[in-house]
Parts: sequence; structure tokens; C-alpha cells
Amino acid sequence: MTTRREFVGKSSTFLVLSAAAAAALDNVLEGTPEKAPGYKKADHWWAMIIDIEKCIGCGNCVRACKTENGVSMEPYYFRTWVERYHVPAGNPEHPQVDSPNGGYDGFPEKYKPGDGSKNFFVPKLCNHCAHSPCVQVCPVGATFESPDGVVLVDKSYCLGCRYCVQACPYGCRYIDPKTHVVDKCSFCYHRITKGLTTACCETCPTEARQIGDLKNPADPIHEFLRTHKINVLKPQMATGSKAYYNGLDGSVR
Amino acid sequence: MRHLMKNKVHLFRMAGLFVVGFLVFAGARAVFVPEGFGVYGHYRAGALEDNRAFPLVHAGRAACAGCHGDEPEALKASRHAKVGCEACHGALAVHADDPAKLTPKKPDAKTLCLVCHMANVAKPSGFKQISPEDHPEGVCTECHDPHSPADAPKPAPAPVQKEAAK
Ligand code: HEC
Ligand code: HEC
Ligand code: HEC
Ligand code: HEC
Repeated sequence: MTTRREFVGKSSTFLVLSAAAAAALDNVLEGTPEKAPGYKKADHWWAMIIDIEKCIGCGNCVRACKTENGVSMEPYYFRTWVERYHVPAGNPEHPQVDSPNGGYDGFPEKYKPGDGSKNFFVPKLCNHCAHSPCVQVCPVGATFESPDGVVLVDKSYCLGCRYCVQACPYGCRYIDPKTHVVDKCSFCYHRITKGLTTACCETCPTEARQIGDLKNPADPIHEFLRTHKINVLKPQMATGSKAYYNGLDGSVR
Repeated sequence: MRHLMKNKVHLFRMAGLFVVGFLVFAGARAVFVPEGFGVYGHYRAGALEDNRAFPLVHAGRAACAGCHGDEPEALKASRHAKVGCEACHGALAVHADDPAKLTPKKPDAKTLCLVCHMANVAKPSGFKQISPEDHPEGVCTECHDPHSPADAPKPAPAPVQKEAAK
């Protein structure tokens, strides 16, 4: 039997907790009015699919990303880059990897056809992890997972302490030599929130990379994820990566 | 009890100290924690708008089709259907915004086409690649229309030597 005192105690706890939950839910459902209407953060959850079998290593994504986001040219830094893998015959664990200028100028032929090796390109970018190591180490809250699933940098608030650069298991961050704060792929947040695709996807000629909204049931990303064998980079790190690769070879690190 | 009340001045000092401490904390917090911090999480809510505020540099292929008719139409029906305008023409948001501000240069086919079509072992084998030595000589656009490349290369090309040798 519940005594009256217990009942009063429990129900007041419930009331206090549900008030807190309601306040939290308000934020989740965007109780704060947004400056630009029409885009509701809570309705989106962004991810990217990268189809290695389609990548031709043209470098369009690298160039487009640099122009779109003003990424430093000298010294060479990247928000996205392309790696070339050369897996010698009979030695699948030890690939040779190169990425001349991140693929900005394409990949001059270096290997001979018919030598029994396996060769392919792997585009890389921020994996926009749902449990980002970089976000966890930021001492001031200058990098964060946005409500729509994009890992962003608050450049006006970043100290430039470089913790996140070290914490990222994928090497996706760099210190911008002009601003001395951290910079990284933003999934072209200024484009995807306006109904456009990212600069890299816009210029990819083969649809090797496609941005997708996991909260939109009509998005072709669902079909792609269902019909392909998908993997993420370094799954053992449990970062909740949202860069989904098709045809990811085990030699890729 | 009496004994305790006799020394109550200690209690008031303590309480006063707490009040002062709290005011200092609240004041410092108001100064150091930026506006909007914690609305969505452990960050400044305004940072989302900051990230959205960047200007566009690529207009997107849909924008081009708003003014240009023939090229998008031809492209859509061609083997280049998946290739966006700006994949070849470069970033053109300024032009799409106001064509008077910037007239795009025509891409140089001598270098442009081979960026994608140059043979390379790392490319997927299904992708059409050429080695210029084995391909009919000339600027690519003399024979191929960039906006409709596969449709019958214009002049009948001289037979490719290497293929003839096979
Ligand atoms: C607002 C309408 C408008 C939009 C949008 C637009 N254009 Fe244009 N474009 C024009 C006009 C008008 C001209 C002719 C300008 C001139 O000759 O100075 C032109 C000229 C060009 C030319 C040069 C043609 C030549 O003869 O040399 C290219 C290439 C071109 N546009 C590509 C694009 C691409 C790619 C896009 C999409 C990113 C685009 N345009 C979007 C109106 C537009
Ligand atoms: C495969 C690369 C490629 C793509 C994709 C492409 N173009 Fe072009 N475009 C060219 C090249 C190369 C030329 C220059 C042709 C020449 O020199 O005669 C050109 C010329 C033009 C011109 C000048 C017209 C003319 O005949 O001189 C316009 C306008 C144009 N493109 C618009 C577009 C638009 C709009 C799109 C997207 C729907 C597009 N292009 C997609 C490569 C491309
Ligand atoms: C940005 C990359 C890119 C550029 C630049 C490019 N192409 Fe292509 N091209 C493609 C893709 C992707 C296809 C489609 C291949 C497929 O469907 O397998 C293609 C297909 C073709 C085909 C048809 C092959 C076939 O028979 O199926 C021809 C011909 C061609 N391109 C010629 C050109 C020429 C000429 C140029 C320069 C004006 C050019 N391309 C520039 C990406 C490009
Ligand atoms: C003299 C005319 C001519 C010139 C110049 C020319 N091509 Fe071709 N190209 C052809 C013909 C004809 C074919 C179709 C026959 C074939 O498959 O070889 C063709 C086929 C292609 C294909 C498809 C190949 C395949 O395997 O199906 C591509 C890609 C291509 N050309 C790209 C280019 C590029 C890039 C250039 C410029 C470096 C270029 N072409 C210059 C005539 C030409």
C-alpha cells in the first residue's frame, strides 16, 4: 500500500521532473524561435554516403570545398581530401597510401596496370560523429554536435588550444593559419540548411558522395544504406560516425 | 541552546559570506557565459546561425537551369547527366546572382576533360577513361559536345592506330 505521504512525495518528484523534461523538450523542439524560418533543426539528421566504387579521384570535391569554404591554400590544409590506396598483390594488410596535395591536382598515374595490385580512391572528410571525441575534449564548448547532427565549430569562441585536433581519430581538423582557430568540414552547413547540397556533392561527377537526411523518410540515403554493404572508418572507436562508406576495403585506416 | 545563540554572530558572518560568494559567482557567470550558451547544449546557440551565415560560392545546378535552357536540357539526356554545371565551369554563385557582375570564362577543354577521363588504374574500371596517346588527336570539344558527349563524335575520326594494330 502506498501511504499518502509516499504518494505526495512521488507525485511532487514527478511534477518537478516533468517540468525539467518539458523545458528540455522545448529546446529539442526549438522553443527558441529561429532567425531564419523554414528550416527546423529538429527535423533533420545529416549524414554522408561515400561510394568508393564510384570515386574517380578527379579532385573536384577538394577544389570545390576549398573555394566554397575559403580553406587555406598555403600551407595545404583540407576539410576534405582524397587518398589513393595501392594494395600490393598478396599483401592486403599493407597498402601504400598517397594523397598528393590532398588530390587537389588529381592523381598522376603512378602504378602500372596489371601488376596484380588493387587500387582505389578513398575520399575523406569529417565523419560528423554522433559521439565525437573532439567535442568531448573541448574545454570551452566551442565545438559541438548540432541538433541536426553536424559537428560545428564556434569560431568566435574557439581558443585555438588544439585539443580537438589531437582528439579526432580521423585527422579532420586543422588550425587555420589565418584565424589561428580550428577549422573543419561543416557539411556546408550554410548550404544544407538552405536546401542545397554540399559543395563537394554538387561537383562530384559520379555521385560518389551524397549528403543525406536520415530523418527524411523519402531521402534516397535510406535505400542506399539498405542495399549496400556499409561500413564506417574505425568502427572500433565507437564514435558514431555518420560518413557511411560503401566498398570500404579492410586496408583503409 | 543558549550557548549557541550567544555565538550567533558566527552564523551571520557565515551567511553573509555565502551571500557575497553567491553574488560574485552570479556576476562572474553573467560576464563570462555568453548569450545563448546552453540553449541546445554545451555551446553558444548563436554559433549555429554563425555557421549558416557564410555566403554561397557554388550556386548549384538548379540555379543555372533558371536562366540557361539548352545546356541543362542537353546535359540531362546525356552521359554527363550526373555531372553538375559547376563541376566543369567552376564556382559561379556570383554569376548566377547577377550575370552582369561576372561573365564566366569558357572552360579549357584541353585540360578540363582529362581531369576526369585520364586513364588511371585506381579509377573504377567501369568509368570511361582514355589515354591521349591512344585516342584520336585534337581538342576534345572538336569531336565531343561537353554537354552531350556520347552522341556521335562530330567528324568521323581517323582510325586509332593502336586499335587498328590489334
Ligand atoms: C540570372 C540568370 C543566369 C543564371 C542563374 C546563370 N546564368 Fe550563365 N549567363 C547568363 C547570361 C545573361 C549570360 C551572358 C552574359 C554575358 O555574355 O556577359 C550568361 C553566360 C554564361 C556563360 C558564358 C557563355 C559564353 O558565351 O561564354 C556560361 C559558361 C554560363 N553562363 C554558365 C552558367 C552556369 C554554370 C550557371 C549556374 C551556376 C549560370 N550560368 C547561371 C545568365 C545566367
Ligand atoms: C563536362 C563538362 C561540362 C558540364 C557538365 C557543363 N559544361 Fe557548359 N561548357 C563546357 C565546356 C568545355 C564549354 C566550352 C565549349 C566551347 O569551348 O565551345 C562549355 C560552354 C558552356 C556555355 C557557353 C555556350 C557556348 O556554346 O559557347 C554555357 C552557357 C554553358 N556551358 C552552360 C552550362 C550549364 C548551364 C551547365 C549545367 C547544366 C553546363 N554548362 C555543364 C563544359 C561543361
Ligand atoms: C567532372 C568530371 C568530368 C569531366 C570534367 C568530363 N567528364 Fe565526361 N564523363 C564523366 C562522367 C561521370 C561520365 C559518365 C560515365 C559513365 O556513365 O560511366 C562521362 C562520360 C563521358 C563520355 C561518354 C562515354 C560513353 O561512351 O559512355 C564521353 C565521350 C565524355 N564523357 C567526354 C568528355 C569530354 C569530351 C569532356 C570535356 C569537355 C568531359 N567528358 C569532361 C565525367 C566527366
Ligand atoms: C578526332 C575526334 C576525337 C577527339 C579530338 C576526341 N575524341 Fe573522344 N572519342 C572519339 C570517338 C570517335 C569515340 C568513340 C569511339 C571509341 O569508343 O573509341 C570517342 C570516345 C571517347 C570516350 C569514350 C571511351 C570509351 O571507352 O567508350 C571518351 C571518355 C572520350 N572519347 C574522351 C575524349 C577526351 C577527354 C578527349 C580530349 C582529350 C577526346 N575524347 C578527344 C573521337 C574523338
